[in-house]
Amino acid sequence: MPSICLYFQVHQPLRVKKYRIFDIGKDHNYFNDQSFSNLNNKNILEKVANKAYLPANELLLSMLKKNKDFKISFSFSGIFLEQLKEFNPRLLKSFRDLVKTGKVEILSETYYHSLSFFYSLAEFESQVELHRKIIWDLFGKKPAVFRNTELAYNNDLAYWANQNGYKAILAEGWDTVLGWRSPNFVYEPNIGQVKNGKKKIKLLLKNYKLSDDIAFRFSEKRWKEWPLTAEKFASWINQINGSGEVVNLFMDYETFGEHQWKEHGIFDFLKALPDKLLENKDNNFVTPSETVEKYPARDIVDVPYIVTWADSERDLSAWTGNNIQKSALKNIYLLEKRVKEVNNKKILEDWRRLQTSDHFYYMCTKWFSDGDVHKYFNPYESPYDAFISYMNVLNDFKIRLTELNKRKPGVVRKSIN
Amino acid sequence: MKVLMVGWELPPLNSGGLGEACYGLAKALSKKGVSIDFVLPYNFNIDVDFMKVHYANDRTRPDKIMGPYLTYTKWMKAVKEGRASVFDYLSQVLEYAENIRNIATKVQADLVHMHDWLTFPAGLTAQEIIGKPLVAHVHATEFDRTAGMGINEAIYEIEKEGFKKSDRIIPVGGIVRKTITERYGINSNKIKVVYNGVENPDKPSIDPSLTNLKKLGYKIVLFLGRITLQKGPDYFVRAAKIVSQYCPKAVFVVTGSGDMQAQMICEATDLGVIDKFIFTGFLRGVEKNSIYQAADVYVMPSVSEPFGITALEAIKNRTPVVISKQSGVSEVLQSALKVDYWDVEELANKILAVLKYKSLPKDLKSGGVKELMNLTWDKSADDVLGVYQQLI
Repeated sequence: MPSICLYFQVHQPLRVKKYRIFDIGKDHNYFNDQSFSNLNNKNILEKVANKAYLPANELLLSMLKKNKDFKISFSFSGIFLEQLKEFNPRLLKSFRDLVKTGKVEILSETYYHSLSFFYSLAEFESQVELHRKIIWDLFGKKPAVFRNTELAYNNDLAYWANQNGYKAILAEGWDTVLGWRSPNFVYEPNIGQVKNGKKKIKLLLKNYKLSDDIAFRFSEKRWKEWPLTAEKFASWINQINGSGEVVNLFMDYETFGEHQWKEHGIFDFLKALPDKLLENKDNNFVTPSETVEKYPARDIVDVPYIVTWADSERDLSAWTGNNIQKSALKNIYLLEKRVKEVNNKKILEDWRRLQTSDHFYYMCTKWFSDGDVHKYFNPYESPYDAFISYMNVLNDFKIRLTELNKRKPGVVRKSIN
Repeated sequence: MKVLMVGWELPPLNSGGLGEACYGLAKALSKKGVSIDFVLPYNFNIDVDFMKVHYANDRTRPDKIMGPYLTYTKWMKAVKEGRASVFDYLSQVLEYAENIRNIATKVQADLVHMHDWLTFPAGLTAQEIIGKPLVAHVHATEFDRTAGMGINEAIYEIEKEGFKKSDRIIPVGGIVRKTITERYGINSNKIKVVYNGVENPDKPSIDPSLTNLKKLGYKIVLFLGRITLQKGPDYFVRAAKIVSQYCPKAVFVVTGSGDMQAQMICEATDLGVIDKFIFTGFLRGVEKNSIYQAADVYVMPSVSEPFGITALEAIKNRTPVVISKQSGVSEVLQSALKVDYWDVEELANKILAVLKYKSLPKDLKSGGVKELMNLTWDKSADDVLGVYQQLI
């Protein structure tokens, strides 16, 4: 003890191109930026693939082959896998090679990396189903553990996941949720009585301190622990011995090579970490499914409100904090009924692509008042620019919907503002 | 700490931002305990209690005093038309330098702080007499005033001399800073940007104007400033043409006066949108605030804008702004829509977005007001004090 559970999130959105009011009604391609800007999805994917995904995959593959006790888990957004199929088959193959080692668990999420659970349960369930399908098609796996977009979690989501047969669900090990308790144990969500005596789902909580030491602070020279070595990190894990059973290290996969650079030693760190950890015979690696089989739930954790893994607030404010975000979200989900009525594949796909959480994140303005402009990466010149392009696109989309509705006799149209 | 501040004008007898900026800064500095002797070239009959005002020449302010925005070309035109004397242009500036001697010998100061080229000869004279460090505040350079079209060599030389002899230079934005290093060859080590501020972020409580128009559902798009090349009025007209195609209820209000007014009217006529334009002339005080409050969006498409205090005035009046990226204020203000002044389509796109999507002006307003709290003269005065402290 303890076990180490590594999970990496892999996602790239389809960013909306610069779309002006004059384009409404004329241009129905929203995601095909061809410029040299950061809105060119194909270019960005290639850049991140070369800098991060490909070298990290290569390294992990050799580590998994060499070290029989090393294991990892991934959660891929469907929209990411879809882009790999189209733009980067080589990267897709390298992920499949990793999965073929049999030591990689794949988690379940929404295909479109959306926040749909909080807006439309039916839509959310469709997206989870679509995701299960693409995972089966590409990897031949059926995920047994659920993680929601941005690790957004509450009791209701745990209840849903339990009803749908998941063994475990992931969430942020945030202090206000845990109180005096440690994230380094398996817990049970507070979902009340479960019908038919179904086995209750378990909750895995991210150790945000240790995860963020790698994901956020690794290259931070002002941090007192800089430089972070595998040896030092392993010693912190060893200190847990006895006061915890599993350390959940959850982070974006872009940590390796994109957020933290090769030049700063992130790959050397990753390469050295398993051996350093396994030097202590009490330590071992587990996947989320193995974790919940191996350890019992030690307590019930109640999360009546939404907790995410973002910012010091750990809530949805980075996506829903201001009026422009709220209005964009409201407008996209208002269209659900009309979209589903027209039964058009392209319409449905565009509508879903516009639900990806990143679109709303780019509209976040909450750091303006503290003057910390560079806190968030934003491919748009400003959050307002992100909003303007998004809303213009939505207006074009509504025109297409109206056109299709006209062609369908018997459908009653409602006007939407 | 005692500062001899050499100025050219002060409100209410000011022709634009220079006087306002000097006033706002001097007041905030005096609140922080700086004792200021403020010199003006003529007797403006100024009534302020927070500093001592001196007049280098005690005769009352002549009618034909040069405004800080007069360019050589415009002055030549005025001379030809008999509106100005051939001796006015540089002579007032040099006369000021002579007349300030008397004051400089009597006043005690730890440093001399001058504002733009009009005050540089006087500032240099005062500094020679007092023998203390010299600070040059730069609200605009000759390149900004002329938008780069035909600078006056004599003024350029006066500016360069002033920059060279100053111990510190304070431009009001990064664009002016760049001009000073690149066009005048000044080392950036002695330059420190200090942005302008507003005196009081509270919304002036007045009745907004044009209420009848607004009740009929019209949207008001405001241009406010001197109607000169520097302010980009031609880009405003061309954007107005596009905006009115997509939003027929948009009305374009132009507040200010200047040598491009006739051209602006002609262009609006040619483009067939003159019936959507309202020209109010130059407004100040309550009337100016009420036109800001009436507007649905304030547009500042300046070609060259060292700072751009009107953007902050608009926000103070709770009006969202679309501003040129080529302005000093765009370097500090986040809650604004920003465009390259020459990108007329994008200018129109952003104006339309503010008029169309209700949540956008709402967030721009609330965000802007929050930011104003940090964009006050009090904050600017702290930065200027920091510069002073390096010198004495």
